[in-house]
Amino acid sequence: MSDIATQDFDRRNRDWYIDKLVQLVVFFGGISAIVFIIGIFVFITKEGFGFILNTMDPVEFFTSPYWEPSDEDAPEYGILALIAGTASVTGLALIVAIPFSLGAAIFVGEFATGKTRELLKILVELLAAIPSVVWGFIGLTIMNPIIIDLFDVPVGLTVLNAGIILGLMTAPIMTSIAEDALKAVPDRYREAAEAMGATRWQVIFKVVLPAAKNGLLGAVLLGVGRGFGETMAVLLATGHSVNIPDSVFDSVRALTATIAAELGETAVGSDHYQALFTIGIFLFVITFVINLTADLVVRGVRKG
Amino acid sequence: MQTDKRPAAIRTRDLNLWYGTFQALFDVSLEIKQGIITSLIGPSGCGKSTLLRSVNRINERLGYVRIDGSIEVMGKNIYDEDVELVQVRKQIGMVFQRPNPLPISIRDNVLFGYNLHSEKRRTPRSELDGIVEDALQQVLLWDQVKDKLNRKATDLSLEEQQKLCIARLLPVKPGVLLMDEPCSALDPKGTEAVEELIWELREKYTILIVTHNMAQARRASEECIFMLMGKVIEHSPTESMFVTPAQQETADYIEGRYG
Repeated sequence: MSDIATQDFDRRNRDWYIDKLVQLVVFFGGISAIVFIIGIFVFITKEGFGFILNTMDPVEFFTSPYWEPSDEDAPEYGILALIAGTASVTGLALIVAIPFSLGAAIFVGEFATGKTRELLKILVELLAAIPSVVWGFIGLTIMNPIIIDLFDVPVGLTVLNAGIILGLMTAPIMTSIAEDALKAVPDRYREAAEAMGATRWQVIFKVVLPAAKNGLLGAVLLGVGRGFGETMAVLLATGHSVNIPDSVFDSVRALTATIAAELGETAVGSDHYQALFTIGIFLFVITFVINLTADLVVRGVRKG
Repeated sequence: MQTDKRPAAIRTRDLNLWYGTFQALFDVSLEIKQGIITSLIGPSGCGKSTLLRSVNRINERLGYVRIDGSIEVMGKNIYDEDVELVQVRKQIGMVFQRPNPLPISIRDNVLFGYNLHSEKRRTPRSELDGIVEDALQQVLLWDQVKDKLNRKATDLSLEEQQKLCIARLLPVKPGVLLMDEPCSALDPKGTEAVEELIWELREKYTILIVTHNMAQARRASEECIFMLMGKVIEHSPTESMFVTPAQQETADYIEGRYG
């Protein structure tokens, strides 16, 4: 009798092994994100490290506006103009995207109901899924002549063009995240304010937006991160000339676009090649910091 | 008790209410007297909260509510075409089951309604300070919070939050206060404190309070309305309802045979 009982207690059947297997698979799926992040970081660091140690002059790298890596005699590696290009385009993109996405998020989250709301959410997500090269193409073939005609300038591939394109690209993602932030505001706050006689607008402006401000800030920061990292659209729409812009009608070149355009032409392991990877490290660090900040800011809202 | 002589503050006439196709109230005709505490009792789903919420028209937020009949507050039907919702809600304050202070400072909570309804563009700070102190004094909260008016209201204890939710209605000088089970989220000590406060507020305000707790209705109200399945079964002075209920259903409910 006792013999049978002992046997039973440590019996492992097929279900036990399947359960263990699933646990293992899911575990590796879970940590793969960490593995990939570290892997990517190690790879780009390894490729760019020789340049950072040997050739790079950090002061020149960050403060010189001259990017002439293919100059045979005296190549120059200054990314200031590229930073200015990326920053100006991203800045303009934010100016375009914030009002659009905030307005859209408020409408979808607070006003639209039923079918309208569902339809809008699907459309916003669809908009977010448009490939960036398509946006770049729109910048190149549609925005370019419009800007030339409208402002009477010689070239339409400018900060303005890329800023608008990038703004429209980031708006759907910002809308989505901002709407989540608005939805996270408990309904009883709205009810409380409405019961005191607040109008819809007062409820949104005085209660919902302040309560959601961390989430909204997070949405904007993720938009910034997207702007910094975006390559194809800015490559096509900026005009791709190394230049510190004086106005929105100047052509610029972005950090990402530089890598995309030049990496294929460089000899593997050359200074130029490694310099491009150093830009990659720089971009990686910036987007990492921005995303981390955004994440922390969004989390802050739950605690506060 | 001479509650009989008082004028009616709220008068409903043949009030029927539907949520979509579900009828929640049937021909409710009531007179709620001014300056006393009237409690609404009845089992869950009997329509007492629905009735309360239609007096402030907060029910309409849901969007699928249909109402037939009238609710007069101070002689004016609040469902008339020309009535402004904002003014209705200014006159008729509402306290909810779960304390719902806004996630802003204590001071801003008290001034929230005042700022919504104030005609002036800017009120001098000293005047605002007076309003805040006066409102918090009335709800017996001033001494606890006077040194932390700029702290977040959501950090207060539930009892304090509920008192604050009452305090923030007072600066706009409402005539009627509606309370939807205001003590059900509180512990016994908090319940006692808030009950005491509500008792203090009668005479100045007409108070209509929904409660699940019959002992509370008995302790803290002067008139009592018993509802069942969306209909008013009995409306009488609290004393007589609990001692000599006129209807069999009331007696059964009070004795705990259902609900």
